[in-house]
Amino acid sequence: MDTTRRSFLTTAVGAAGAAAVPPIAAQAAEAAHDDHQDIPPDVALRVRSLESLLVEKGLVDPAALDAIVDAYERQIGPHIGARVIARAWTDPAFKRRLLDNAEEAIAEMGYRGPHVFAVENTPRVHNIIVCTLCSCYPTSVLGLPPVWYKSAPYRSRTVIDPRGVLSELGVQLDDDCEVRVWDSNAELRYFVLPERPAGTEGLGEDALAALITRDTMIGTAKVLPPAVRP
Amino acid sequence: MNGVHDMGGQQNHGPVVVEKNEPVFHAPWEGRMYAMNTALRAWRRWNIDGGRHGTESVPAADYLRMSYYARWYARTVELMIRTGMVTRAEVDTGRPAQGSVRLVPAMTAVQARAVVSNGVVYSRDVAVAANFAVGQRVRMRNIHPTTHTRLPSYARGKTGTVERDNGVFVFPDTNAHLLGEKPQHLYLLRFAARELWGDAAKPQDSLYLNMWEDYLERI
Repeated sequence: MDTTRRSFLTTAVGAAGAAAVPPIAAQAAEAAHDDHQDIPPDVALRVRSLESLLVEKGLVDPAALDAIVDAYERQIGPHIGARVIARAWTDPAFKRRLLDNAEEAIAEMGYRGPHVFAVENTPRVHNIIVCTLCSCYPTSVLGLPPVWYKSAPYRSRTVIDPRGVLSELGVQLDDDCEVRVWDSNAELRYFVLPERPAGTEGLGEDALAALITRDTMIGTAKVLPPAVRP
Repeated sequence: MNGVHDMGGQQNHGPVVVEKNEPVFHAPWEGRMYAMNTALRAWRRWNIDGGRHGTESVPAADYLRMSYYARWYARTVELMIRTGMVTRAEVDTGRPAQGSVRLVPAMTAVQARAVVSNGVVYSRDVAVAANFAVGQRVRMRNIHPTTHTRLPSYARGKTGTVERDNGVFVFPDTNAHLLGEKPQHLYLLRFAARELWGDAAKPQDSLYLNMWEDYLERI
């Protein structure tokens, strides 16, 4: 790869008459970021300028961009995974199919997700999903990942200290519980089938789905019964 | 590439900070950047692995400093310039060069919806021999390519057990550089946490990775 640091910086400061020095307020906001990530104050302008260029050159169709943004903002998200999990909790045969072949099981419910796999949490086994190399995530059932999932702290520590990360996020595990970390380095996409909490025996699929959060399907939270939900 | 993107096992990045009620995109530009990436890939000047390699090629200090989608902006601009889709002058001015021919976008809104809802299949239905079997103990090669790879540093030279043969998949290490898909078996590997991280790890804990045939060697 022949890209130099200089070429990136040229791009970074060249577009849209970018200011070389960010305003004081932006610097302060940057310093306050816990994840040390810098959002340059002019990046919105640069992206708008890029889109305008690409549309004028006929390289992208703005209607295609609208469709993609709309799909992730309004259609594809953790509510899909929650429905799948609620079905698995209430239908043992479906649960078996989900664990055997999640791609086919979610297709029964009308969802598409190539190479998707469900891994089951039990009182003895806790699964947690990460992508150390980039940001691979089961988008077909959870939508786009949150910032923390893509952040250096989560990507770096989850593999070497999963119990520490889980503890900080409020998940306490027994010492003899087995932790399985899934590093999504290939095109296979994992999501967690969390444990069904006690006290939910009378609930139907919709009520159960409402309890199932995104993080419980990443493995960084446990599903709480209705009474103790914040 | 032994880049900063290969973060597994690094320390000192601080605590995991979770934002409550986080929106899908924090500002409209993030969504537009994400969508441009998807739409541009339809030109086939690069593929998913080449895009990842583009991100990994953002200089290390910039990679760590930039937000996620700022990184995508940087890598997409570089990939487009490198593949001749735009010039740096065009990016700087936001205007097509004089005499630039207006093309027909490679992805329509209908195609975009289909790609998002169907996903993309990376398995290949071709007959390739599998040289490893479920239950077999294998070692990850100790390789340090300067090019793209999906073999994380922390697993190189380590021993694991084949848990499943996923069948034949595109090989990112060649695909990223347009050197062919080199389809080969992809195996689910289980590593004992202690094999990777030493005795500080619990004896019952484990880590799973999917490994292509070319990453494995016999013990």
